[in-house]
Amino acid sequence: MSSSKNVNRGIDWLTILLYILLVGMGWMTIYSASLPLEETSIFDLNQIYGRQMLFIFLSIPIILIILFLDAKIFERLSFVFYGIGILLLLGLFVFGKTIKGQTNWYSFGGFGFQPSEFVKTATALLLAKYLSYPQINLNLTKHQLIAFGIIGLPVLLILMQPDAGSAMIFLSLIFVLYREGLPSWYLISGITAIVLFFLALLINPLYIIIGFFLLTVLHFINNKKISRNPFIYAFIFLVVTGFVYSVNYVYNNVLEPHQKDRIDVLIGDNVDLKKEGYNLNQSMIAIGSGGLTGKGYLEGTQTKGGFVPEQHTDYIFTTVGEEWGFAGSAVVILLFMTLFLRIIYLAEHQKTKFSRVYGYCVATYLFIHFFVNIAMLIKLFPTIGVPLPFFSYGGSSLWAFTIMLFIFIKLDANKVNEW
Amino acid sequence: MRKYLLPGLIIMATLLLLAKIFYLQVIDDSFKLQSENNAIKKEFDFPERGYIYDRNGKLLVANQPSYDIMVIPREMKNIDTLELCKLLSITKEDFIKKITKAKKYSPRLPSVFIPQLNKREYAGFQEKERKFEGFYTQKRALRDYQVHYGANIFGFIAQVNEATTKANPYYNSGDLIGKQGLEKEYEEVLRGVKGVKYLLRDKHNKIIGSYKEGKFDTISQQGKDLTLTIDADLQEYGTKLMVNKRGGIVAIEPSSGEILALISAPTYDPALLVGRQRSKNYTALYYDSIAKPLYDRALLASYPPGSPFKILTGLIGLQEQVIDEHTTFYCNHGANFGRFMACHCGYHALQLNNGIYRSCNSYFGNTYKRIIEKYPNSFESVDTWANHVKSFGLGQFLGTDMPIGAKGLVPDSKLYKKVYKGAPIRSSYIISNAIGQGEILTTPIQLANMMATVANRGYFYTPHIVKKIKDREIDKKFTTKHLTSIDKKYFEPVIQGLADVYNPGGTAAALHVDSLQICGKTGTAENKIRVGGVTYKLQDHSIFVAFAPKDNPKIAIAVFIENGYWGSRWAGPIATLMVEKYIKGKITRKDLEDRMLNGSIQDEYQKLEDIIYRRNIDTKRNEPIANTTDNNNKETKKEEENH
Repeated sequence: MSSSKNVNRGIDWLTILLYILLVGMGWMTIYSASLPLEETSIFDLNQIYGRQMLFIFLSIPIILIILFLDAKIFERLSFVFYGIGILLLLGLFVFGKTIKGQTNWYSFGGFGFQPSEFVKTATALLLAKYLSYPQINLNLTKHQLIAFGIIGLPVLLILMQPDAGSAMIFLSLIFVLYREGLPSWYLISGITAIVLFFLALLINPLYIIIGFFLLTVLHFINNKKISRNPFIYAFIFLVVTGFVYSVNYVYNNVLEPHQKDRIDVLIGDNVDLKKEGYNLNQSMIAIGSGGLTGKGYLEGTQTKGGFVPEQHTDYIFTTVGEEWGFAGSAVVILLFMTLFLRIIYLAEHQKTKFSRVYGYCVATYLFIHFFVNIAMLIKLFPTIGVPLPFFSYGGSSLWAFTIMLFIFIKLDANKVNEW
Repeated sequence: MRKYLLPGLIIMATLLLLAKIFYLQVIDDSFKLQSENNAIKKEFDFPERGYIYDRNGKLLVANQPSYDIMVIPREMKNIDTLELCKLLSITKEDFIKKITKAKKYSPRLPSVFIPQLNKREYAGFQEKERKFEGFYTQKRALRDYQVHYGANIFGFIAQVNEATTKANPYYNSGDLIGKQGLEKEYEEVLRGVKGVKYLLRDKHNKIIGSYKEGKFDTISQQGKDLTLTIDADLQEYGTKLMVNKRGGIVAIEPSSGEILALISAPTYDPALLVGRQRSKNYTALYYDSIAKPLYDRALLASYPPGSPFKILTGLIGLQEQVIDEHTTFYCNHGANFGRFMACHCGYHALQLNNGIYRSCNSYFGNTYKRIIEKYPNSFESVDTWANHVKSFGLGQFLGTDMPIGAKGLVPDSKLYKKVYKGAPIRSSYIISNAIGQGEILTTPIQLANMMATVANRGYFYTPHIVKKIKDREIDKKFTTKHLTSIDKKYFEPVIQGLADVYNPGGTAAALHVDSLQICGKTGTAENKIRVGGVTYKLQDHSIFVAFAPKDNPKIAIAVFIENGYWGSRWAGPIATLMVEKYIKGKITRKDLEDRMLNGSIQDEYQKLEDIIYRRNIDTKRNEPIANTTDNNNKETKKEEENH
């Protein structure tokens, strides 16, 4: 094959540079967050930073394998990948390891493996494959249902683990479907539902109903274009009313106590800073005490004292905030933003629909991880355990994101061969 | 359009994150502080407070160790409450109350749980301290008083209040600070500087090393010792003389302005305000609103000076050349100045010398009349007079090195313009000023300073109580001479009159001390009290001022005894004894000494208390004056105008 002769042809080096920068900075912060009192070799496998170093080295052969494979394989084998992913998720119910009530890990010796990380990529591949069929039209209910099904199956299995955080990540693919022609009311009603959910917890549902009623009446009066069918208005109004009143029921009877706590912490309701509010409070203290330029690398008092729990995984960004201050935080955040926009730019310039949809999926996944992870640290979002891509400690997470990104880089590099 | 949704969302979300992080890190400061409380522990090393010595090197105030049990509420774990209560001999209710209070102050910062245990009380707790997580001991130094007097001078130290800890970052909850007297005035000298060690700790509160290799750590600096100008023996003697009396004694060395004794009565043993009984004792002293043991009468009480003020009237008369030594005025059991001012001198024709030693009201009334009528513009006359008076340090803060003081009052044209609505001042309106009874108010220390000035023949040094601070000079303002507006030559005749007060015919002839020439002046000041809209006349105050010896004076003194009948009844003997004690070191008039040491004026104070609480009022002696003083003044004024 011609591509294997000149593997670096067409590769987007900007994306790779961003990847290297983020992984490098990630390791530096993990080093700071897990530094023991006595320094050891940075390759010491007994230490978290030593293992992360190993994971980073091991991602090099993974990258090379992906780049040397034929780009067509990802499209052709997307069914297979998806199938394996689903089997792995099912296998968890038999062989999985239960940590803190969640069965989402396979354990091999000292190393864990979280299949849902890889299922994200598999799902993206299959979704891209399905949407790339020329006859697919997302205005048709049948096609919508199949697309939802592709996303829904792993979501269902992951929810049963139960791991609501990971499941939520999949839902972000609705942005991809919207890009590919899904009617906009799906997105609008989805966002409306989320907003109404929090509003209903914060204020008396009656006021929301009154407000919504007034909006409906206003819309009805101003609506001159479409048929002004009063029944549609009445139906929408009833659905919203039912939804708003069910929120309290869902909150009290469906949500798990820890999920309730996380919502309480966000809306600042009965928070005990020693219990459910501890993580968020410590995280805010660590970031907030960083100031403009931070306390200096390896000088973070909160980081050294171990006040922030899970600091090397989901809370790794608190170390950035504390030690590098606003300046460092802004650099990291802007690097991420550049990466996302670069991927979207590349995706929009793909010649095949498969590559474009897949690129979109990658950008969406990375962005939603990034946003949810950082937003939860600074009280903009309920606490949901998702890792910060390339930063958070962990082999499966790093490799999964690496594979996800480099498949796209490979597809992008291959576009010169597509005519 | 659809392809712009995700990029738009990404940019907006990024901006949102940056904005919130910017707010947390740069705008909102609260997290920096929390982070310090979280991770950095400060360990303090309290230096010993400076000692206090008297002018002869006698140790007055030292230190004793004391132990505060401190608590950090957040760190309390599995406490055996019952055992703790038993060890510290408190009840469970106390325990809950104290913990609640500490939590309210701060769950993270240490609060004092039980203050100021002594060594013995602490020993029991010390053995088991490790069992009570969240509790620890902070060693501090408490005062150890070597003497039972001088409470008004020393003041006391106590735990800082919350307002101070907020206003001054040097102090933390539980720290001790000077609250009154020298402890307050010289707080920074006496306390030294505490040392701080910054330690880094982890979430289990375990110390994991020093913060930034001890870059910010400081070592403590010892507090500096003070040497006072006070003569301990004289102070003690005066305190004993004042038992069962109320008032103040101030003795000053004229040649330096050094305060030899500063006595306020009633007083208390300074040891009462040390240790765990402090707050109970302080409350009792504080709420004694009639005897007011915490009120330093020597520095604060503004009384009408009475007859000692005639010294100034005479001096000003000479300086203004409205009289000379031989000017003669006549007294007929008083004299008419538009209204009649009575006099008990018993003489008929008086000159300066016998005017002083007989304390003749008529003589000084006439002198004052001439002073006030000297210039055609009465305001000018009054201000000329007031400026002379003020040059003796009256009517203003003296500027001593005690944290408190009172201005007293010297009326001038500004005041009288207000009172008489701009009308020219007639000497008859204000004739009482001549004999120290009008609007004039002075404190005992001002009177003593006036006498020191007379003793110096026309100058004084600002009175001060600290003679020496270890390796530091005292403030320059205490070594600067303040000249009066009276020429030196006018002092001699007045001083001769003061010396004759102790000679046959003088108002203090009975107090004569052999082979010691004392110059003194008796005084008696009327006073009244208003209770419930009725004014009651009270027993007169007894006043005496003196200096000695006449030539090369060593001591100037003012004694003020509340409700002490008349000058030579209480104040005169006490002043004389003090002078003799200081100069001769022993007392020749044992009978007088015994009478003063054992004498009591508590009966009169009881009457005052009865009036205040409106019980058993003896209507004969304390007849209510029908009209208020204000009305009296108005009527007098009308009478004057009819003349």
